[in-house]
Amino acid sequence: MLYREAGQFKASYEEDQQIFPIRQDRVGMAVLLAFFFLAVPMFASQYWLQAILIPVLIFSLAAIGLNILTGYAGQLSLGSAAFMAVGAFGAYNFMLRIDGMPFLLGIVLGGLSAALVGVAFGLPSLRIKGFYLAVATLAAQFFIVWALVKFPWFSNYSSSGVISAQEIQILGYAFTTPESKYLLTLAVVTVFALVAKNLVRSTTGRRWMAVRDMDVAAEVIGIRPMRAKLSAFAVSSFYCGVAGALYAYTYLGTVEPEGFNLDLSFKILFMIIIGGVGSILGSFLGAAFIVLLPILLNVVMHSTLGSAMPPGLGSNLELIIFGGLIIFFLIVEPHGLARLWQLGKDKLRLWPFPH
Amino acid sequence: MGFFFEVLIGGLLSGVLYSLVALGFVLIYKASGVFNFAQGAMVFFAALTFVGFMEVLPGWTGLEAGSRAVFWFAFVLSLGAMVVLGVLTERVVLRPLVNQPHITLFMATIGLTFLIEGIVQAIWGSHVRGLDLGITDEPIEWILDSADIIVSKFDVFAATLAGVLVASLALFFQYTKVGRALRAVADDHQAALSIGIPLQHIWAIVWSVAGFVALVAGLIWGARSGVQFALTFTALKALPVLILGGFTSVPGAIVGGLIIGASEKLAEVYLGPFVGGGIEGWFPYVLALLFLLVRPEGLFGEKHIDRV
Amino acid sequence: MMNEMAQTATLPESGRRIGEVILDLKNISLRFGGVKALTDISFDVREHEIRSIIGPNGAGKSSMLNVMNGVYHPQEGTILFRGEPRQQMDPHMAATQGIARTFQNIALFKGMSVLDNIMTGRNLKMKTNLFQHALFWGAAQREEIEHRKKVEEVIDFLEIQSIRKTPVGRLPYGLQKRVELARALAAEPTLLLLDEPMAGMNVEEKQDMCRFILDVNDQFGTTIVLIEHDMGVVMDISDRVVVLDYGKKIGDGTPDEVKNDPDVIAAYLGASH
Ligand SMILES: Nc1ncnc2c1ncn2[C@@H]1O[C@H](COP(=O)(O)OP(=O)(O)OP(=O)(O)O)[C@@H](O)[C@H]1O
Ligand SMILES: [Mg+2]
Repeated sequence: MLYREAGQFKASYEEDQQIFPIRQDRVGMAVLLAFFFLAVPMFASQYWLQAILIPVLIFSLAAIGLNILTGYAGQLSLGSAAFMAVGAFGAYNFMLRIDGMPFLLGIVLGGLSAALVGVAFGLPSLRIKGFYLAVATLAAQFFIVWALVKFPWFSNYSSSGVISAQEIQILGYAFTTPESKYLLTLAVVTVFALVAKNLVRSTTGRRWMAVRDMDVAAEVIGIRPMRAKLSAFAVSSFYCGVAGALYAYTYLGTVEPEGFNLDLSFKILFMIIIGGVGSILGSFLGAAFIVLLPILLNVVMHSTLGSAMPPGLGSNLELIIFGGLIIFFLIVEPHGLARLWQLGKDKLRLWPFPH
Repeated sequence: MGFFFEVLIGGLLSGVLYSLVALGFVLIYKASGVFNFAQGAMVFFAALTFVGFMEVLPGWTGLEAGSRAVFWFAFVLSLGAMVVLGVLTERVVLRPLVNQPHITLFMATIGLTFLIEGIVQAIWGSHVRGLDLGITDEPIEWILDSADIIVSKFDVFAATLAGVLVASLALFFQYTKVGRALRAVADDHQAALSIGIPLQHIWAIVWSVAGFVALVAGLIWGARSGVQFALTFTALKALPVLILGGFTSVPGAIVGGLIIGASEKLAEVYLGPFVGGGIEGWFPYVLALLFLLVRPEGLFGEKHIDRV
Repeated sequence: MMNEMAQTATLPESGRRIGEVILDLKNISLRFGGVKALTDISFDVREHEIRSIIGPNGAGKSSMLNVMNGVYHPQEGTILFRGEPRQQMDPHMAATQGIARTFQNIALFKGMSVLDNIMTGRNLKMKTNLFQHALFWGAAQREEIEHRKKVEEVIDFLEIQSIRKTPVGRLPYGLQKRVELARALAAEPTLLLLDEPMAGMNVEEKQDMCRFILDVNDQFGTTIVLIEHDMGVVMDISDRVVVLDYGKKIGDGTPDEVKNDPDVIAAYLGASH
């Protein structure tokens, strides 16, 4: 198995534009997809599907959303969870209030609701940058969660805003088993990941990155920073919204506004910092890392300390490790796991000749 | 009308504390260009460390629990802890990130927030603790008698303390050598370095001062509503204060704090009932956001045109 | 390949036939707070010429350029571009009208590759929308390829084929300046503003850059406004030169006229201050 691009010449710009220009990568991707679509649902346990794979996929989608805004368009947001909430409650209400609303359309409409709200809260980005904007997105975080709790219409007058997702039905087929929910989530996430990849390698993505890197220069070559930023807010919030809808429908089943708190927003931010700012692949790696770490930690602590473990230590240790890792990655590898993966591949490309 | 003033005064008094915490932000920002998101966590750290020491010191030293001696001993130890925290932060987190984009530094301080919250709770535990500073939360009688307005003794005490601190810090940085050096650093890092101002020294001082400010704020807030994790959210409201006042302006931090303090209380009392209450949690942020749309440079900030 | 490009440029025939006034600046004054960056400056730029702006540090040269394409808004004065007056112009409008530029302190998009940087220069000519980009298929893909071809021509022209896929941040200074020129050229501008394109370069790099500037002017007929400190270069390649000092215009004319102007000599020798 040699990983080489030698001998693979690109005869046309089409070929040069491919997402995976190296053949081995294309094959690898196909194998990976086959594995996750075919092998995993056959062999994975319910626990793995429900408690690990589904949330990892959903958080990957949210992380892609935040990465579009922060990693590609350079606008820091601390309100991702709130946009997830809008998506979840939006989808819920569309399906609740419109008879025969198809599931997929419902979650897309949930995503669009989030996009609208995202654009509204993105308006200040036209005049402010950096942490000014971060503070502005805190307004979205706190306001949206509050509004969802305080206006009972959103949760169909249930107590304290809790909603229970309706059963998922597509073309008469009910998605009730973990396997089916997993496959549905995987399919949605795969499609949206591809769309995200397309966006960032096209003019839209270049406009985002141009505004991120040097907004004055971007404007001078005719990019409208306003449009670029607002479109990033819209697409990003759309992704978070769809992720939120899936979070309610295929992962938890029952959600409340308070579940989409600042902590969750931070978690998503950590996913992109650790996974790789400005990388779609990194969004997946970061999501997997952040979901798996606490589980792993728990296992390790229970097997070493057993019942001697003081209460609360686990969650505090989690805070310490997350915080420490963020600082570590920012200092040592600001491009995150995605860059490490890339470096590994570059090494492999040269292997076994080190130079 | 009396009620309006009651709310306004209560708001202004609590706003002084926001000013105090915001001042900590401003100092750090001016000196090192870091927007320290962890300021809220530092407040929590300080308060929890203080009550933690208050609990363990009698056992360690044989001093009488709740005595003045224990109080001051705990205070000094907590202050020491804040200085250590500040210096460590500067060494371990910020120095390696020097010359990185602001946004990277900002994200690092978010990481720092988690780190601090985790460490302090791992040491002292996460349960809510009371904190008694010996000042009761009751109305001042002569104001109640003469103007029929309830003004809390505790609020006045807290505001006075914070006000004195704010004033002395402002004077300190205006008139002392360290203060002048700090302002030089804020104007131009390179130039300050080249005339021999020890940057790292200044940073350490500034972080320690911010730690001190956090300790005072933590004690006051902790005494009012218990020492608990929610303190971090209260302290976070210093962020909208900064947006109103501008990140680099000391008077801005002071005025911004008062505005936020007063307006959130007034909004809660007069707008809250119409929308189901609980709007204090977001009102300062939304106010800041709306304000940004009108005056992005803040109340006292200068309009800035990017140089190309 | 270059022929192809020359044909698509606004002026098919090559040659330095200097034409009408294309950009006319009248009584421009610009202040930043108390700093007077420009005071009552008037001069014009003619089609197809190479017009240089010189002056000591802080004279206001960059500010002048920033006024020309709307990055700075002068408090007083009018700008006529192709006879149309405007006092307030935003950079986007300038770009749509065919003004492109480079910056004194390189303003490349650091996180992007050379190719992507230059592709952004085609931005205004791209017509597909976000939804088409999402699919990256059909019109969007065709457009991408079509513009990629144009960009490849610019890459060939500036001889930067080998660094196409390199992130610009990793390039040496001289090459970065060249990529910035490429990005500006990709927009096929009629007026090209260059802010010290040769600053910090060694002799060889300077020669290359000089050649490129002359070629652009010669082959595409692009009008060029150039800020440069190297007097040798300026006197060599300019048609006309404006001299600024302390925000005021102290000289204007052909290189020879300017060279012999006593005010200019005084300013450069520091005699007047
Ligand atoms: N965005 C800005 N904000 C404030 N002052 C500015 C700004 N841009 C330029 N200036 C001031 O305007 C004056 C002219 O600056 P400018 O950059 O135009 O000079 P220059 O001739 O290009 O100098 P150099 O040769 O050093 O590039 C200077 O005093 C400068 O400090
Ligand atoms: Mg200049």
